[in-house]
Amino acid sequence: MRIYVDNAATTKMSPTAINAMLPYMSETYGNPSSLHSVGQAANEALADARSRVAGVLGCDAREIIFTSGGSEADNQAILSAARLGERRGKRHIISTAFEHHAVLHTLQKLEKEGFSVTLLDVHENGLVTAEQVADVIREDTCLVTIMYANNEIGTIQPIAEIGALCRQRGVLFHTDAVQAVGHLPINVREQNIDLLSFSGHKFRGPKGVGVLYARRGVALTNVIEGGAQEWGKRAGTENIPAIMGMAAALEEASAHRSESGKRLSVLRDRLIEGLSQIPHSAVNGDTRSRLPGNVNFCFEGIEGESLLLLLDDKGICASSGSACTSGSLDPSHVLLAIGRPHEVAHGSLRLSLGEENTAEEVEYIIAAVTEVVAYLRSISPVWRELESGRKEFMLK
Amino acid sequence: MALYSEKVMDHFRNPRNVGRIEDADGVGEVGNAKCGDIMTIYLKIKDDRIEDVKFETFGCGSAIASSSMATELIKGKSVADAMALTNRAVAEALDGLPAHKLHCSVLAEEAIKAALLDYYKKNGISYDPALFPDCEHCAGCGH
Repeated sequence: MRIYVDNAATTKMSPTAINAMLPYMSETYGNPSSLHSVGQAANEALADARSRVAGVLGCDAREIIFTSGGSEADNQAILSAARLGERRGKRHIISTAFEHHAVLHTLQKLEKEGFSVTLLDVHENGLVTAEQVADVIREDTCLVTIMYANNEIGTIQPIAEIGALCRQRGVLFHTDAVQAVGHLPINVREQNIDLLSFSGHKFRGPKGVGVLYARRGVALTNVIEGGAQEWGKRAGTENIPAIMGMAAALEEASAHRSESGKRLSVLRDRLIEGLSQIPHSAVNGDTRSRLPGNVNFCFEGIEGESLLLLLDDKGICASSGSACTSGSLDPSHVLLAIGRPHEVAHGSLRLSLGEENTAEEVEYIIAAVTEVVAYLRSISPVWRELESGRKEFMLK
Repeated sequence: MALYSEKVMDHFRNPRNVGRIEDADGVGEVGNAKCGDIMTIYLKIKDDRIEDVKFETFGCGSAIASSSMATELIKGKSVADAMALTNRAVAEALDGLPAHKLHCSVLAEEAIKAALLDYYKKNGISYDPALFPDCEHCAGCGH
């Protein structure tokens, strides 16, 4: 038995997406830049995928750049806005403390070049507000980059409000929408988004492909130099099979978004309810403004990696913001950003539900997590200290 | 390749000598919950031998496995042999640890030394302070 609840890491591809890819490996395998018929057939497919993706985002095909994934799109969006800004003497960027590292590390790179970066504090419910952004916008602010939904705790940021504010103040707005696209409503025009990035494999499309949307008029800076693909803004032969798979998966996910979101929310809420019965545990992040499939908990007195390994033994594939899984000794920067102390942040668990998860699986997960947490606490010196009252519990 | 060797997973899944000893002759606790690892070692010592040893660990898979292996390696041994246990011996007995997990074997060595130090102190046995690492400044993390 295997219960896969790590859909925020990646998803199993949908049969629709797989089938959409196959012809572009065996029949229409041409290079879209080639002038012969096989190449031109691929070029037509590429144009078709581009307009379909644009249709979902509510923009023009001309505003879509295919990339190798969300990280590349984040890098290019931020670097482009920074280059545009510095030409006008604007070298200040606003972001948040709990962005993905594709954003945070790009910002660190720009800081070394002399940009100043303001990282907004995240409220303990995992949200930032448009007012917070308004408070720190300066004359020299060239970019606000704030994620649509957080990858660890699933909290949904008020991006439409932030977008409206940025538009009014004449500052570019980028959103890392990797966790949101296919799962939350998106319309880049209505939400006043100038730059948006996402990845194909978070909504049952293939890995290694993503999209950067750049509003017409926002000139992009190349991250990859070479041929004239993607309007000359992203060199390299287009990954046609992956692009076709992503376009199909995106349309499919968007078509079922509403019903799927409702179903997943019910499972999510039951999981949260069940895991909340574990003493000295806490859900991380707001439970309402939250991705339909995201559950994230801290359990005091245990460490997340042990929990994951023992859950894996029970057939449950989950994830944690735990230090140990990432090869660093520090716990999740997201959990620290929402104010969880180090000691508690080490004991985190992320369960991200997807299309194939069932109510029966949710009950099994609740029982398994409860059992494993109790076992790990029984061998934990930290738990002994807490239980004996020598140390105070941090979670209720 | 899996993150951990079969040996590590075996000791993690079926840890040996888990628990506590209420009337221990020596107790050592090292690590820091902030860093994500704490190990406590309990020793029962009789006639200069480690008659019994138990451990409790808060930490990742390799921390639990390292504690388990370290207790196996010293159980029944002389106090001098237990003192001579190195982190390398723990890691080797586990068929190796990933580079970023080697500090877990260091913690295991330090926990045993801390328990022995406690035993020496409680019993007024003289010891060479140079043999005991300064656990307050473990290199495992920055806290």
